[in-house]
Amino acid sequence: MPDQKKQDDHVFRLSRRKTLKGLVAGLGAIALPSATASASVWESFFQQHFRELSKKELQEVLARLEKGYSKEYGKPVKVKATAPIEGVKFGYGLDLSRCIGCRRCVYGCVTENNQSRDPQVHWIRVVQLDKERGVDLDKAEHYYNPKKVPEEGHFYMPVQCQQCENPPCTKVCPVQATWTETDGVIVVDYNWCIGCRYCMAACPYGARHFNWSKPTIPADEVNPDTHYLGNRPRPVGVVEKCTFCVQRTREQPGRYPACEEICPVGARKFGNLLDPDSEIRYLIENKRVFILKEDLNTQPKFFYFYAT
Amino acid sequence: MQLREVWSFYKGTFVLIGKGSKAYYAWVAILLSLMGIGVAAYLYQLNHGLGVTAMRDQVSWGFYISNFTFLVGVAAAAVLLVIPAYVYNWGPIKEIAVLGELLAISAICMCLMFVTADLGRPDRFWHLIPKIGNLNFPSSMLAWDVVVLNAYLGLNLVIVVYYLYKTYYKRVANESFTTPLLLLSIPAAISIHTVTAFLYNGLGARPFWNASILAPRFLASAFSAGPALMIILFLLIRKYTRFKIKDEAIHKVAELIAYAIFINLFLFGAELFKEFYTATKHLAPMEYLLFGLHGHNALVPWIWTAIIFNLFAFLIFLIPETRTNHVTLVMGCVLIFIGVYIEKGMGLIIPGFIPDVLHEIYEYAPTGVELLVTMGIWATGMFIFTMLLRVAIPILNGDFHVADDGIGSYIGDQMFLTSPTKKPIQQPEEPL
Repeated sequence: MPDQKKQDDHVFRLSRRKTLKGLVAGLGAIALPSATASASVWESFFQQHFRELSKKELQEVLARLEKGYSKEYGKPVKVKATAPIEGVKFGYGLDLSRCIGCRRCVYGCVTENNQSRDPQVHWIRVVQLDKERGVDLDKAEHYYNPKKVPEEGHFYMPVQCQQCENPPCTKVCPVQATWTETDGVIVVDYNWCIGCRYCMAACPYGARHFNWSKPTIPADEVNPDTHYLGNRPRPVGVVEKCTFCVQRTREQPGRYPACEEICPVGARKFGNLLDPDSEIRYLIENKRVFILKEDLNTQPKFFYFYAT
Repeated sequence: MQLREVWSFYKGTFVLIGKGSKAYYAWVAILLSLMGIGVAAYLYQLNHGLGVTAMRDQVSWGFYISNFTFLVGVAAAAVLLVIPAYVYNWGPIKEIAVLGELLAISAICMCLMFVTADLGRPDRFWHLIPKIGNLNFPSSMLAWDVVVLNAYLGLNLVIVVYYLYKTYYKRVANESFTTPLLLLSIPAAISIHTVTAFLYNGLGARPFWNASILAPRFLASAFSAGPALMIILFLLIRKYTRFKIKDEAIHKVAELIAYAIFINLFLFGAELFKEFYTATKHLAPMEYLLFGLHGHNALVPWIWTAIIFNLFAFLIFLIPETRTNHVTLVMGCVLIFIGVYIEKGMGLIIPGFIPDVLHEIYEYAPTGVELLVTMGIWATGMFIFTMLLRVAIPILNGDFHVADDGIGSYIGDQMFLTSPTKKPIQQPEEPL
């Protein structure tokens, strides 16, 4: 018997995929809704980590996703996987002296990035602060709702993912489902995230959001220009976050992030930190700049400043 | 052949767990129906997403993770039996050490179930398996926790199953095999709770958890509540089964609890001093927990209940007369168990999120679904423990062993659970 077994070990090499198929064959029925267990469900179940996909596998995955989304929303949806541009590290600047708290960035982001409308997911949170107290989050008003902004005696601070150079969120992820790309943007593989929400506990900026229920987007409002690591529609039970609009910013010629583009007062600045002539570099070098929660050593690439 | 022996042992255990008194059947039936309710609630959660819980982005962990944290402590507490039994070779506890290990196994199973219940994508659990998935070891403390919890579970399973198997076949366990494993289980027990503490401890974003006193506090509270649960179980087992547990063993455990509660209270006091005397902005979560913040005070009555229970329990365990009197002892055990369940459960997890990182306050209280799933997991844990005891106790008593023909099993204890008054009638069966 042991000899036979030894021989089997030599003849039959288990690949990851085969092992899994065996492992899951019995259990799968419980975890998966059997009624919808079509081939694509199994394919997505066995899909490998984004960074381990071969070029061919990646093309298959993108095609499968495009097919699924196009069917679901009744219009062609494109899913790209544009790689970071070499020699680029993105940085963001926000002029607190200009921001009027209108929240156009919040909703511009929702539309661009296909966030769930019900339940509502927002990647940007604008808080209202007292001019007298300065940046004191203790006194922040999150749900301010006057007829007209800005209100006397107040200023506004939008908070979104700070794209830290030393991110606490990627460090804690138990399955490496989130990481920093070479352009400095922190992304999530929505098909690999197990939904443990450890990254949400670790993030000091409340930048990570969870799909507590199945996200819903009205079909006519779906942005069909999507990126695998960015704004493609997300499944239930995974974490999502701001990616500086990778679907826009990685194009050549690139486009600004949606929040930057929609801002009516020009409070938002975006650019390449590695380019000494970029606007963002000028601001960092010449304005009074601060970063949020500096003492945590997260080293954000999101800079708040006062231009006036 | 070895394999046939293993098979006949397992066959015997399956026959055995099917046998029992009416009380045993009733108990198992209750547990199974509670488990059924839990499964139904969990399926509902699977279908609708975690939105059916009260957790939201602001408070992203809740009742499940609270229970998980508490139960890691219960599992770790088995070490309080293993040390006197195998390091000090103290007879009265050596006789019952197996029970502690069985409790540890049940508690770890519950821990794993609670974590699974909390996952947004349980279908992707395989991403955590090294080589097949992408376990982020050693960077993620959660990866460490996966490793140490499973190692501790495996270790206890091997030790207990090996020992019971040998006893079943009336052989002597090979000590050069068990002793290293038992000794290894001591640091393993400490490490599961330390790593679980580090899970929270290492987050700079959460000042409430980011205190170096957290891991020691975890251990002290675990060694208070875990053994307290064990004493309650020992007293029940001794009353309703044929298993004998000496008073000295129980009293020794009670004495150890007194030390643990003292250390726990001291560390809690040290933390209170540091937070309130310096009174930085990081005081907010502690204020929320103890007194409420900006009119939000959902945890206040709970934490004060816990503090009062812990103090009362300390007095009971401190005074030799009250910790040896079984009425007051049980009272003390119940008080410290509830006290630590609140303190190390919701009292630890929720203030980590209130106020949240942008100082918003979202008050959390578990929904019905969360309560039902939690109840189901506790019932499953008790079911596992009952089944383990159903096999282990007759083996340890010599009521379940290989039959004279060397193949079948002899089952001397057909009842398992009996009411204490009937015991004398059954006694004559024993000299078999």
